[in-house]
Amino acid sequence: MTTAVALDAVPRIRRGVKCAYDQIRSAHVVLFPEGVLVLNETAASVVALCDGVRSVGDIAVALAGEYDGVEPGDIASLIARMVERRVVDVDG
Amino acid sequence: MAEAPFGLLAELTHRCPLQCGYCSNPLELVRRDAELPTEDWRRVFDQARSLGALQIHLSGGEPLLRPDLPELVAHANSLGCYVNLVTSGVGLSRDRLRSLAAAGVDHVQLSLQDATRAGNDRIAGIKAFDRKVEAAAHVLAEGLPLTVNTVLHRQNLDNVAGIIAMAEQMGAERLELANTQYYGWALRNRAVLLPTRAQLAVADPIVAAAQERLRGRMEIVYVIADYHEAHPKPCMYGWGARQLTVAPNGDVLPCPAATVISSLEIENVRDSSLHDIWHHSPSFNAFRGFEWMQDPCRSCPRKEIDFGGCRCQAFQLTGDAAATDPVCSLSPERSTVDLILETEMAPSEVLAMAMRKMR
Ligand code: SF4
Ligand code: SF4
Repeated sequence: MTTAVALDAVPRIRRGVKCAYDQIRSAHVVLFPEGVLVLNETAASVVALCDGVRSVGDIAVALAGEYDGVEPGDIASLIARMVERRVVDVDG
Repeated sequence: MAEAPFGLLAELTHRCPLQCGYCSNPLELVRRDAELPTEDWRRVFDQARSLGALQIHLSGGEPLLRPDLPELVAHANSLGCYVNLVTSGVGLSRDRLRSLAAAGVDHVQLSLQDATRAGNDRIAGIKAFDRKVEAAAHVLAEGLPLTVNTVLHRQNLDNVAGIIAMAEQMGAERLELANTQYYGWALRNRAVLLPTRAQLAVADPIVAAAQERLRGRMEIVYVIADYHEAHPKPCMYGWGARQLTVAPNGDVLPCPAATVISSLEIENVRDSSLHDIWHHSPSFNAFRGFEWMQDPCRSCPRKEIDFGGCRCQAFQLTGDAAATDPVCSLSPERSTVDLILETEMAPSEVLAMAMRKMR
Protein backbone atom coordinates (compact mmCIF):
# COMPACT_ATOMS: atom_id res chain seq x y z
CA MET A 1 0.00 0.00 0.00
CA THR A 2 1.26 3.45 -0.86
CA THR A 3 1.31 5.78 2.14
CA ALA A 4 -0.14 9.22 1.46
CA VAL A 5 2.17 12.23 1.36
CA ALA A 6 0.94 15.54 2.82
CA LEU A 7 1.01 18.73 0.76
CA ASP A 8 3.33 20.43 3.24
CA ALA A 9 5.80 17.52 3.25
CA VAL A 10 9.21 18.35 1.80
CA PRO A 11 10.58 15.70 -0.56
CA ARG A 12 14.23 15.25 -1.46
CA ILE A 13 16.15 12.81 -3.62
CA ARG A 14 17.59 10.07 -1.42
CA ARG A 15 21.30 9.78 -0.84
CA GLY A 16 22.84 7.44 -3.37
CA VAL A 17 20.18 8.13 -6.01
CA LYS A 18 21.29 9.72 -9.27
CA CYS A 19 19.12 11.51 -11.81
CA ALA A 20 20.28 11.42 -15.40
CA TYR A 21 19.19 11.75 -18.98
CA ASP A 22 19.61 8.60 -21.04
CA GLN A 23 20.47 9.40 -24.65
CA ILE A 24 19.86 5.80 -25.66
CA ARG A 25 16.26 5.71 -24.41
CA SER A 26 15.69 9.46 -24.89
CA ALA A 27 14.26 9.64 -21.39
CA HIS A 28 15.03 10.92 -17.93
CA VAL A 29 16.01 8.14 -15.58
CA VAL A 30 16.76 7.71 -11.90
CA LEU A 31 19.51 5.33 -10.95
CA PHE A 32 19.65 3.71 -7.53
CA PRO A 33 21.05 0.55 -5.94
CA GLU A 34 18.06 -1.62 -6.72
CA GLY A 35 17.60 -0.57 -10.29
CA VAL A 36 16.60 2.02 -12.83
CA LEU A 37 13.37 3.97 -13.23
CA VAL A 38 12.55 5.41 -16.62
CA LEU A 39 10.54 8.59 -16.03
CA ASN A 40 7.86 10.15 -18.19
CA GLU A 41 7.95 13.91 -18.71
CA THR A 42 5.76 14.84 -15.73
CA ALA A 43 7.59 12.53 -13.34
CA ALA A 44 10.92 13.93 -14.52
CA SER A 45 9.75 17.50 -13.82
CA VAL A 46 8.51 16.49 -10.37
CA VAL A 47 11.72 14.65 -9.46
CA ALA A 48 13.79 17.63 -10.61
CA LEU A 49 11.95 19.79 -8.05
CA CYS A 50 12.42 17.38 -5.11
CA ASP A 51 15.23 19.55 -3.75
CA GLY A 52 14.65 19.35 0.00
CA VAL A 53 13.37 22.94 0.02
CA ARG A 54 10.09 22.95 -1.88
CA SER A 55 7.03 21.29 -0.38
CA VAL A 56 4.72 19.02 -2.36
CA GLY A 57 2.33 21.98 -2.60
CA ASP A 58 5.09 24.26 -3.92
CA ILE A 59 5.96 21.69 -6.57
CA ALA A 60 2.31 21.47 -7.61
CA VAL A 61 2.13 25.26 -7.96
CA ALA A 62 5.39 25.39 -9.90
CA LEU A 63 4.14 22.76 -12.35
CA ALA A 64 0.59 24.08 -12.68
CA GLY A 65 1.84 26.63 -15.20
CA GLU A 66 3.63 24.02 -17.24
CA TYR A 67 1.07 21.24 -17.38
CA ASP A 68 -2.67 21.76 -17.74
CA GLY A 69 -4.92 19.98 -15.30
CA VAL A 70 -2.19 18.77 -12.93
CA GLU A 71 -3.81 18.53 -9.49
CA PRO A 72 -1.79 18.74 -6.25
CA GLY A 73 -3.26 15.33 -5.40
CA ASP A 74 -1.68 13.83 -8.52
CA ILE A 75 1.70 15.25 -7.59
CA ALA A 76 1.34 13.93 -4.03
CA SER A 77 0.55 10.42 -5.21
CA LEU A 78 3.39 10.46 -7.72
CA ILE A 79 5.77 11.46 -4.93
CA ALA A 80 4.30 8.77 -2.69
CA ARG A 81 5.17 6.21 -5.35
CA MET A 82 8.72 7.59 -5.50
CA VAL A 83 8.95 7.23 -1.70
CA GLU A 84 7.76 3.66 -2.04
CA ARG A 85 10.47 2.95 -4.62
CA ARG A 86 13.05 4.53 -2.28
CA VAL A 87 13.94 7.23 -4.77
CA VAL A 88 12.65 10.12 -2.65
CA ASP A 89 12.54 10.83 1.11
CA VAL A 90 10.08 13.20 2.75
CA ASP A 91 10.42 15.18 5.91
CA GLY A 92 7.82 17.44 7.49
CA MET B 1 14.35 -6.86 -31.11
CA ALA B 2 14.86 -7.50 -27.43
CA GLU B 3 14.55 -4.52 -25.11
CA ALA B 4 17.79 -2.90 -23.99
CA PRO B 5 19.42 -4.16 -20.79
CA PHE B 6 19.52 -1.94 -17.69
CA GLY B 7 22.54 -3.45 -16.02
CA LEU B 8 25.90 -5.07 -16.55
CA LEU B 9 27.34 -7.43 -13.97
CA ALA B 10 31.09 -7.25 -14.54
CA GLU B 11 32.84 -10.13 -12.80
CA LEU B 12 36.29 -8.60 -12.95
CA THR B 13 38.05 -11.59 -11.42
CA HIS B 14 37.27 -14.94 -9.86
CA ARG B 15 40.16 -14.54 -7.41
CA CYS B 16 38.94 -14.02 -3.86
CA PRO B 17 40.46 -14.09 -0.40
CA LEU B 18 37.31 -15.82 0.90
CA GLN B 19 36.37 -19.45 0.26
CA CYS B 20 32.61 -19.57 0.83
CA GLY B 21 31.24 -23.00 0.01
CA TYR B 22 28.15 -21.55 -1.70
CA CYS B 23 30.00 -19.21 -4.04
CA SER B 24 27.99 -18.36 -7.15
CA ASN B 25 31.12 -18.52 -9.30
CA PRO B 26 31.45 -21.71 -11.36
CA LEU B 27 33.45 -24.69 -10.08
CA GLU B 28 35.84 -24.09 -12.95
CA LEU B 29 37.21 -20.70 -11.85
CA VAL B 30 38.88 -18.41 -14.39
CA ARG B 31 42.58 -18.03 -13.62
CA ARG B 32 44.36 -14.71 -13.39
CA ASP B 33 46.19 -15.07 -16.72
CA ALA B 34 42.88 -15.59 -18.53
CA GLU B 35 41.30 -12.38 -17.14
CA LEU B 36 40.40 -9.58 -19.52
CA PRO B 37 42.93 -6.74 -19.49
CA THR B 38 41.94 -3.16 -18.64
CA GLU B 39 41.42 -2.04 -22.28
CA ASP B 40 38.99 -4.89 -22.89
CA TRP B 41 36.93 -4.03 -19.82
CA ARG B 42 36.83 -0.38 -20.91
CA ARG B 43 35.52 -1.49 -24.29
CA VAL B 44 32.96 -3.79 -22.60
CA PHE B 45 31.67 -0.85 -20.51
CA ASP B 46 31.47 1.36 -23.63
CA GLN B 47 29.51 -1.31 -25.46
CA ALA B 48 27.24 -1.97 -22.49
CA ARG B 49 26.40 1.73 -22.21
CA SER B 50 25.65 2.09 -25.92
CA LEU B 51 23.45 -0.98 -25.65
CA GLY B 52 21.48 0.78 -22.88
CA ALA B 53 23.01 -0.38 -19.58
CA LEU B 54 22.86 2.28 -16.87
CA GLN B 55 24.17 0.31 -13.93
CA ILE B 56 27.53 -1.38 -13.72
CA HIS B 57 28.02 -3.82 -10.88
CA LEU B 58 31.73 -4.39 -10.29
CA SER B 59 31.92 -7.82 -8.80
CA GLY B 60 33.97 -11.01 -8.69
CA GLY B 61 35.46 -12.87 -6.88
CA GLU B 62 36.85 -9.85 -5.11
CA PRO B 63 37.08 -6.83 -7.45
CA LEU B 64 39.55 -5.12 -5.08
CA LEU B 65 42.15 -7.63 -6.28
CA ARG B 66 42.22 -5.84 -9.64
CA PRO B 67 44.84 -3.08 -9.46
CA ASP B 68 43.02 -1.26 -12.29
CA LEU B 69 39.78 -1.02 -10.26
CA PRO B 70 39.93 2.80 -9.76
CA GLU B 71 40.46 3.28 -13.48
CA LEU B 72 37.53 1.00 -14.31
CA VAL B 73 35.31 2.79 -11.78
CA ALA B 74 36.26 6.15 -13.29
CA HIS B 75 35.49 4.87 -16.77
CA ALA B 76 32.08 3.46 -15.82
CA ASN B 77 31.31 6.73 -14.06
CA SER B 78 32.38 8.83 -17.04
CA LEU B 79 29.81 6.97 -19.15
CA GLY B 80 27.06 8.14 -16.79
CA CYS B 81 26.51 4.72 -15.24
CA TYR B 82 25.58 4.02 -11.63
CA VAL B 83 28.59 2.21 -10.19
CA ASN B 84 28.00 -0.49 -7.61
CA LEU B 85 30.98 -2.10 -5.88
CA VAL B 86 30.28 -5.66 -4.72
CA THR B 87 32.93 -6.66 -2.20
CA SER B 88 33.85 -8.93 0.68
CA GLY B 89 35.30 -5.85 2.39
CA VAL B 90 38.69 -7.55 2.69
CA GLY B 91 41.20 -5.03 1.37
CA LEU B 92 38.85 -2.08 1.57
CA SER B 93 40.99 0.31 3.62
CA ARG B 94 39.94 3.88 4.33
CA ASP B 95 42.34 5.18 1.66
CA ARG B 96 41.31 2.62 -0.90
CA LEU B 97 37.66 3.48 -0.43
CA ARG B 98 38.36 7.21 -0.55
CA SER B 99 40.06 6.88 -3.93
CA LEU B 100 37.31 4.62 -5.27
CA ALA B 101 34.63 7.04 -4.09
CA ALA B 102 36.51 9.90 -5.75
CA ALA B 103 36.63 7.83 -8.95
CA GLY B 104 32.85 7.48 -8.87
CA VAL B 105 31.58 4.52 -6.84
CA ASP B 106 27.93 5.26 -6.02
CA HIS B 107 27.06 2.37 -3.74
CA VAL B 108 28.78 -0.45 -1.88
CA GLN B 109 27.44 -3.94 -1.42
CA LEU B 110 29.23 -5.77 1.36
CA SER B 111 28.96 -9.49 2.02
CA LEU B 112 28.50 -10.80 5.55
CA GLN B 113 28.68 -14.54 6.15
CA ASP B 114 27.18 -14.71 9.64
CA ALA B 115 26.25 -12.65 12.70
CA THR B 116 29.30 -13.42 14.79
CA ARG B 117 33.05 -13.37 14.25
CA ALA B 118 33.37 -17.10 14.78
CA GLY B 119 30.48 -18.01 12.47
CA ASN B 120 31.48 -15.54 9.80
CA ASP B 121 35.10 -16.64 9.68
CA ARG B 122 34.26 -20.33 9.69
CA ILE B 123 31.99 -19.94 6.65
CA ALA B 124 34.36 -17.54 4.85
CA GLY B 125 37.34 -19.79 5.53
CA ILE B 126 39.49 -16.83 6.64
CA LYS B 127 39.48 -14.18 9.36
CA ALA B 128 37.35 -11.59 7.62
CA PHE B 129 34.79 -10.44 10.17
CA ASP B 130 36.73 -7.56 11.75
CA ARG B 131 37.74 -6.28 8.34
CA LYS B 132 34.11 -6.29 7.22
CA VAL B 133 33.10 -4.27 10.25
CA GLU B 134 35.88 -1.79 9.49
CA ALA B 135 34.94 -1.64 5.82
CA ALA B 136 31.33 -0.84 6.72
CA ALA B 137 32.53 2.01 8.94
CA HIS B 138 34.64 3.39 6.07
CA VAL B 139 31.66 3.28 3.72
CA LEU B 140 29.57 5.19 6.25
CA ALA B 141 32.34 7.72 6.88
CA GLU B 142 32.60 8.28 3.13
CA GLY B 143 28.85 8.98 3.00
CA LEU B 144 28.11 6.19 0.54
CA PRO B 145 24.96 4.07 0.79
CA LEU B 146 25.59 0.53 2.00
CA THR B 147 23.84 -2.74 1.26
CA VAL B 148 24.75 -5.78 3.34
CA ASN B 149 24.38 -9.10 1.64
CA THR B 150 24.05 -12.43 3.41
CA VAL B 151 23.55 -15.84 1.85
CA LEU B 152 21.42 -17.98 4.16
CA HIS B 153 21.76 -21.73 4.68
CA ARG B 154 21.59 -24.40 7.36
CA GLN B 155 24.77 -23.12 9.07
CA ASN B 156 23.59 -19.54 9.68
CA LEU B 157 19.80 -19.47 9.32
CA ASP B 158 19.30 -19.83 13.08
CA ASN B 159 21.24 -16.58 13.51
CA VAL B 160 19.09 -14.52 11.19
CA ALA B 161 18.02 -12.12 13.98
CA GLY B 162 21.68 -11.51 14.79
CA ILE B 163 22.51 -10.96 11.12
CA ILE B 164 19.75 -8.35 10.90
CA ALA B 165 21.05 -6.64 14.06
CA MET B 166 24.59 -6.69 12.68
CA ALA B 167 23.49 -5.05 9.40
CA GLU B 168 21.68 -2.35 11.39
CA GLN B 169 24.78 -1.78 13.48
CA MET B 170 26.88 -1.52 10.34
CA GLY B 171 24.57 1.27 9.16
CA ALA B 172 23.20 -0.53 6.11
CA GLU B 173 20.30 1.03 4.22
CA ARG B 174 19.47 -2.31 2.69
CA LEU B 175 19.96 -5.91 3.69
CA GLU B 176 19.68 -8.72 1.21
CA LEU B 177 18.97 -12.05 2.85
CA ALA B 178 19.16 -14.59 0.09
CA ASN B 179 18.62 -18.26 0.73
CA THR B 180 21.24 -20.25 -1.13
CA GLN B 181 20.56 -21.06 -4.77
CA TYR B 182 22.04 -24.39 -5.72
CA TYR B 183 24.42 -24.20 -8.66
CA GLY B 184 28.17 -24.64 -8.86
CA TRP B 185 29.78 -24.63 -5.41
CA ALA B 186 26.48 -24.54 -3.56
CA LEU B 187 25.21 -27.57 -5.46
CA ARG B 188 28.34 -29.42 -4.49
CA ASN B 189 27.78 -28.50 -0.82
CA ARG B 190 24.02 -28.83 -0.88
CA ALA B 191 23.86 -31.53 1.78
CA VAL B 192 25.44 -29.19 4.35
CA LEU B 193 23.65 -26.06 3.15
CA LEU B 194 19.99 -27.00 2.67
CA PRO B 195 18.00 -25.49 5.53
CA THR B 196 15.46 -27.61 7.34
CA ARG B 197 11.75 -26.86 7.29
CA ALA B 198 11.90 -26.22 11.04
CA GLN B 199 14.66 -23.64 10.61
CA LEU B 200 12.68 -21.81 7.94
CA ALA B 201 9.54 -21.88 10.08
CA VAL B 202 11.43 -19.96 12.76
CA ALA B 203 13.38 -17.64 10.44
CA ASP B 204 10.59 -16.55 8.09
CA PRO B 205 8.51 -14.73 10.75
CA ILE B 206 11.65 -13.14 12.25
CA VAL B 207 12.48 -11.67 8.86
CA ALA B 208 8.88 -10.55 8.29
CA ALA B 209 8.77 -8.81 11.68
CA ALA B 210 12.08 -7.06 11.03
CA GLN B 211 10.89 -5.89 7.61
CA GLU B 212 7.94 -4.28 9.37
CA ARG B 213 9.94 -2.83 12.27
CA LEU B 214 12.67 -1.36 10.06
CA ARG B 215 10.43 0.01 7.30
CA GLY B 216 11.81 3.32 6.05
CA ARG B 217 15.16 2.76 7.81
CA MET B 218 16.62 -0.45 6.49
CA GLU B 219 14.96 -2.26 3.64
CA ILE B 220 15.17 -6.04 3.89
CA VAL B 221 15.01 -8.07 0.69
CA TYR B 222 14.33 -11.74 1.37
CA VAL B 223 14.95 -14.42 -1.24
CA ILE B 224 13.03 -17.62 -0.49
CA ALA B 225 14.44 -21.13 -0.07
CA ASP B 226 12.91 -22.43 -3.27
CA TYR B 227 13.32 -26.19 -2.68
CA HIS B 228 10.81 -25.80 0.16
CA GLU B 229 8.31 -23.77 -1.85
CA ALA B 230 5.40 -24.81 -4.06
CA HIS B 231 6.41 -22.40 -6.84
CA PRO B 232 9.82 -21.42 -8.16
CA LYS B 233 11.43 -18.04 -7.69
CA PRO B 234 11.07 -15.84 -10.75
CA CYS B 235 14.02 -15.80 -13.12
CA MET B 236 15.09 -12.13 -12.92
CA TYR B 237 12.59 -10.39 -15.20
CA GLY B 238 12.97 -13.22 -17.64
CA TRP B 239 15.98 -14.59 -19.46
CA GLY B 240 18.01 -11.99 -21.36
CA ALA B 241 15.59 -9.24 -20.33
CA ARG B 242 17.25 -6.79 -17.95
CA GLN B 243 20.86 -7.63 -17.29
CA LEU B 244 23.90 -9.32 -18.75
CA THR B 245 26.95 -10.77 -17.06
CA VAL B 246 30.50 -10.71 -18.33
CA ALA B 247 32.78 -13.29 -16.70
CA PRO B 248 36.47 -12.55 -15.95
CA ASN B 249 37.57 -14.18 -19.23
CA GLY B 250 35.08 -12.19 -21.32
CA ASP B 251 32.38 -14.84 -21.60
CA VAL B 252 29.00 -13.16 -21.88
CA LEU B 253 26.28 -14.84 -19.85
CA PRO B 254 22.51 -14.30 -19.87
CA CYS B 255 22.57 -15.04 -16.14
CA PRO B 256 25.46 -15.28 -13.68
CA ALA B 257 25.01 -19.04 -13.26
CA ALA B 258 24.47 -19.83 -16.94
CA THR B 259 27.73 -21.75 -17.35
CA VAL B 260 26.07 -24.68 -15.57
CA ILE B 261 23.92 -25.19 -18.70
CA SER B 262 26.59 -27.06 -20.61
CA SER B 263 24.45 -27.22 -23.73
CA LEU B 264 24.47 -23.42 -23.99
CA GLU B 265 26.85 -21.97 -26.56
CA ILE B 266 28.60 -19.07 -24.79
CA GLU B 267 29.98 -16.09 -26.74
CA ASN B 268 32.97 -13.99 -25.76
CA VAL B 269 33.62 -10.23 -25.94
CA ARG B 270 36.93 -10.96 -27.63
CA ASP B 271 35.03 -12.27 -30.66
CA SER B 272 31.76 -10.33 -30.85
CA SER B 273 30.23 -7.09 -29.67
CA LEU B 274 27.84 -7.00 -26.72
CA HIS B 275 25.25 -5.62 -29.12
CA ASP B 276 25.42 -8.68 -31.35
CA ILE B 277 25.49 -11.04 -28.41
CA TRP B 278 22.54 -9.40 -26.62
CA HIS B 279 20.36 -9.24 -29.71
CA HIS B 280 21.42 -12.14 -31.91
CA SER B 281 23.21 -14.88 -29.97
CA PRO B 282 21.53 -18.27 -29.54
CA SER B 283 22.36 -18.18 -25.80
CA PHE B 284 20.51 -14.91 -25.10
CA ASN B 285 17.59 -15.86 -27.31
CA ALA B 286 17.29 -19.41 -25.99
CA PHE B 287 14.69 -18.69 -23.29
CA ARG B 288 13.38 -15.23 -24.15
CA GLY B 289 9.61 -14.81 -24.18
CA PHE B 290 7.34 -17.83 -23.75
CA GLU B 291 7.71 -19.79 -27.01
CA TRP B 292 10.39 -22.14 -25.70
CA MET B 293 8.20 -23.36 -22.84
CA GLN B 294 6.74 -26.83 -22.50
CA ASP B 295 3.72 -27.82 -20.49
CA PRO B 296 2.87 -27.33 -17.66
CA CYS B 297 4.46 -23.83 -17.92
CA ARG B 298 3.19 -23.12 -21.42
CA SER B 299 -0.44 -23.18 -20.35
CA CYS B 300 0.10 -21.88 -16.81
CA PRO B 301 -1.02 -18.37 -15.83
CA ARG B 302 1.93 -17.99 -13.45
CA LYS B 303 4.38 -18.00 -16.35
CA GLU B 304 4.10 -14.20 -16.53
CA ILE B 305 5.25 -14.02 -12.89
CA ASP B 306 7.96 -16.66 -12.62
CA PHE B 307 8.92 -17.30 -16.28
CA GLY B 308 8.85 -21.03 -15.55
CA GLY B 309 11.47 -20.66 -12.82
CA CYS B 310 15.19 -21.13 -13.10
CA ARG B 311 16.71 -22.48 -16.34
CA CYS B 312 19.93 -23.42 -14.58
CA GLN B 313 18.07 -25.41 -11.96
CA ALA B 314 15.91 -27.10 -14.61
CA PHE B 315 19.04 -28.17 -16.47
CA GLN B 316 20.89 -29.36 -13.39
CA LEU B 317 18.05 -31.41 -11.97
CA THR B 318 16.30 -32.66 -15.13
CA GLY B 319 18.95 -32.43 -17.85
CA ASP B 320 16.66 -30.21 -19.93
CA ALA B 321 17.14 -26.44 -19.60
CA ALA B 322 13.70 -25.81 -21.14
CA ALA B 323 11.86 -27.98 -18.62
CA THR B 324 9.64 -26.58 -15.88
CA ASP B 325 11.77 -25.71 -12.85
CA PRO B 326 11.48 -28.95 -10.82
CA VAL B 327 10.86 -27.09 -7.56
CA CYS B 328 7.42 -26.23 -9.00
CA SER B 329 4.68 -28.42 -7.55
CA LEU B 330 3.23 -28.69 -11.07
CA SER B 331 6.47 -30.10 -12.48
CA PRO B 332 6.39 -33.82 -13.29
CA GLU B 333 9.89 -33.92 -11.75
CA ARG B 334 9.00 -32.40 -8.38
CA SER B 335 9.66 -35.79 -6.77
CA THR B 336 13.38 -35.28 -7.53
CA VAL B 337 13.41 -32.24 -5.25
CA ASP B 338 11.35 -33.99 -2.57
CA LEU B 339 13.79 -36.88 -2.60
CA ILE B 340 16.72 -34.48 -2.19
CA LEU B 341 14.98 -32.83 0.75
CA GLU B 342 14.28 -36.18 2.35
CA THR B 343 17.75 -37.63 1.97
CA GLU B 344 19.85 -34.51 2.51
CA MET B 345 17.85 -33.32 5.50
CA ALA B 346 18.74 -36.47 7.40
CA PRO B 347 22.18 -37.44 6.13
CA SER B 348 23.74 -40.61 7.50
CA GLU B 349 26.98 -38.69 7.97
CA VAL B 350 27.50 -34.96 8.19
CA LEU B 351 29.85 -33.95 5.43
CA ALA B 352 32.43 -31.21 5.65
CA MET B 353 31.89 -28.12 3.51
CA ALA B 354 34.09 -28.13 0.41
CA MET B 355 35.75 -24.74 0.54
CA ARG B 356 35.95 -22.84 -2.71
CA LYS B 357 39.40 -22.82 -4.33
CA MET B 358 41.07 -22.49 -7.69
CA ARG B 359 42.30 -25.71 -9.13
S1 SF4 C 1 18.25 -18.88 -14.95
FE1 SF4 C 1 18.19 -19.29 -12.76
S2 SF4 C 1 20.12 -18.53 -11.97
FE2 SF4 C 1 19.82 -17.68 -13.96
S3 SF4 C 1 18.85 -15.72 -13.55
FE3 SF4 C 1 17.22 -17.17 -14.01
S4 SF4 C 1 16.63 -17.88 -12.00
FE4 SF4 C 1 18.61 -16.92 -11.73
S1 SF4 D 1 4.09 -24.56 -14.14
FE1 SF4 D 1 5.74 -23.25 -14.81
S2 SF4 D 1 4.83 -21.21 -14.98
FE2 SF4 D 1 3.43 -22.48 -13.74
S3 SF4 D 1 4.02 -22.08 -11.64
FE3 SF4 D 1 5.16 -23.88 -12.31
S4 SF4 D 1 7.10 -23.08 -13.07
FE4 SF4 D 1 5.71 -21.35 -12.94
